[in-house]
Amino acid sequence: MSIEPIGTRPRRTFDPTRMMIYLVLAVAAIYYLLPLYVMIVTSLKGMPEVRLGNIFSPPVEITFEPWAKAWDTACTGLYCEGLKVGFWNSMQILIPSVVISIAIASVNGYALSFWRFRGAEVFFTILIFGSFIPYQVMLYPLVIITRELGIFGSLTGVIFIHTIFGMPILTLLFRNYFASLPQELFKAARVDGAGFWGIFFKIMVPMSPPIFVVAIILQVTGIWNDFLFGVIFAGTKNFPMTVQLNNIVNSSQGVKEYNVNMAATILTGAVPLAIYFLSGKYFVRGIAAGAVKG
Amino acid sequence: MKSIEIKDLSLSFGDFKVLEKLNLDIYDGEFLVLLGASGCGKSTLLNCVAGLLDISDGQIFIKGKNVTWKEPKDRDIGMVFQSYALYPQMSVRGNLSFGLKNARIPKPEIEKRVARAAEILQIESLLHRKPAELSGGQRQRVAIGRALVREVDVFLFDEPLSNLDAKLRAELRVEIKRLHQKLNNTMIYVTHDQIEALTLADRIAIMRGGKVQQLDTPQVIYNHPVNKYVAAFIGSPGMNFLTGRLVAGEKPGFNFNGLDVDLSRYAFNDTTPSGESEAWLGIRPEHIHVGPEAVKKAFSHTVEVEVVEPMGSDTLVWSKLADQEFRFRMDGQLSVKVGEELMIGFDPVSASLFDSKTEIRL
Repeated sequence: MSIEPIGTRPRRTFDPTRMMIYLVLAVAAIYYLLPLYVMIVTSLKGMPEVRLGNIFSPPVEITFEPWAKAWDTACTGLYCEGLKVGFWNSMQILIPSVVISIAIASVNGYALSFWRFRGAEVFFTILIFGSFIPYQVMLYPLVIITRELGIFGSLTGVIFIHTIFGMPILTLLFRNYFASLPQELFKAARVDGAGFWGIFFKIMVPMSPPIFVVAIILQVTGIWNDFLFGVIFAGTKNFPMTVQLNNIVNSSQGVKEYNVNMAATILTGAVPLAIYFLSGKYFVRGIAAGAVKG
Repeated sequence: MKSIEIKDLSLSFGDFKVLEKLNLDIYDGEFLVLLGASGCGKSTLLNCVAGLLDISDGQIFIKGKNVTWKEPKDRDIGMVFQSYALYPQMSVRGNLSFGLKNARIPKPEIEKRVARAAEILQIESLLHRKPAELSGGQRQRVAIGRALVREVDVFLFDEPLSNLDAKLRAELRVEIKRLHQKLNNTMIYVTHDQIEALTLADRIAIMRGGKVQQLDTPQVIYNHPVNKYVAAFIGSPGMNFLTGRLVAGEKPGFNFNGLDVDLSRYAFNDTTPSGESEAWLGIRPEHIHVGPEAVKKAFSHTVEVEVVEPMGSDTLVWSKLADQEFRFRMDGQLSVKVGEELMIGFDPVSASLFDSKTEIRL
């Protein structure tokens, strides 16, 4: 018997296509979540339990001792003051680097998309080209430059390096975003008598929170996760959290405290993770906006 | 008195010449429309006058002052854009007062001017709203208001109605005309819409390839286009062009496909050409008469109806006149059928003759 089709087309609950999609998604989710699960579980176990070797079993007795140790007393090379030193070092590197690089790059992007000066295209091309040169090539020259400037092995030095390396991608990001704003808005503001900074601060910046959020995410995660520049340019006293984490995990003395290592790793990864969770929506939106228009 | 004077203005991007040696005088209180197809340089010219584009050569005077190197804000102009270009994060009040604040005009004066502009444009109730909460027509009113509060003598409009739907466009068109009658200031208005141009303008400048083709009143441009381009551009549906031979002399005539049009009453430009030459005869669809009236005209002939397009008040008929494409308008109340034979006729007085090579009016 056939039913005369009328109204909404009926939807099957167990559509094979849909089932396949969910299956693939579930497998992918497990694949990525399993290591995280192991890390969390291990970090909550005492050493005797860790030695049993059942990495997937949940802790019999939950203890936060490893977390406290990782933060406060774990040995990072010569000192045994835990990761907290690295955390504050990272913060001191992160905040000025993010603020300065975004401040400069946003003005760069604004100038490149609205105030077409002579040679703007060449300038932009050079800037973009810069982002394709491997870091390793530039390390030695940069060491010499920072040494000559007297900022090698200091917070200023590493902030300087992060600001420079953030410039190509951030400028591109801001330029593309500003280029997507209507040109007529800029013209109207000029007729209304606003100047270079007036248009930037009163018209463009208020229209750009999404791209600023994207830039902040990019920079925070990038700089926080950085190891190379930190270990080279910051100096022993200012090693960022990633470097100290490495020192904890790779220490060749004594017993391997897997629970402490896991806790330390999660602590180090917490900042970018938190950023992603808080602003994932903006991140996707901004990357899409930057990618499509340009 | 001259309000705006453009002298030998040229603009090129690299090797590409957008505007070339352009001269244009606009008088006080005049409504001038720059009309042309896209890419003809009309918006570019407006941007040059506004100071938003640096010119390559020439001079621009506004109210007798040489403003060639001046910033837009110092040119005493107000500008209205196609996309409205309202500042999205500011309220309507903020949008209207932004320019005045930049000019450091005292607060009470700003209040006064905003209130006056809002009253003229009837947007008083919208002052606290954000542009996103306004309709297209309201947004364009605010955009006009932003030019109004500047209390300047020159208004520049860059296709201000193109983003609106047809009905709203017609309404705002009338409002812009009213505004002009009320303020009596100089307005330059860029559009590609000939209806806007014909209805609003005191004078129209038709542009093509960075040059002004014809600058005159709407009537003259409609009746006496200087060349074939202008003739084809103005009028909807477009002018019919018949190709044939112009026979000059005592009794001038136009021969095409064995037919002959008597041109003895046609007003030739300056001098009557002599001898024989290839030419175009242009005649507007609305200048063609149908039926018994047609026989009384200087030229009449029968045509076969091919396509009928009823448009309400009148009907557009497509046909062939001696194997050449021929359209004409007739009363919408009369019924015509495809295949029907109709008698059509016209007076050469309302026609235009163009040289086939130079396309200039004869």
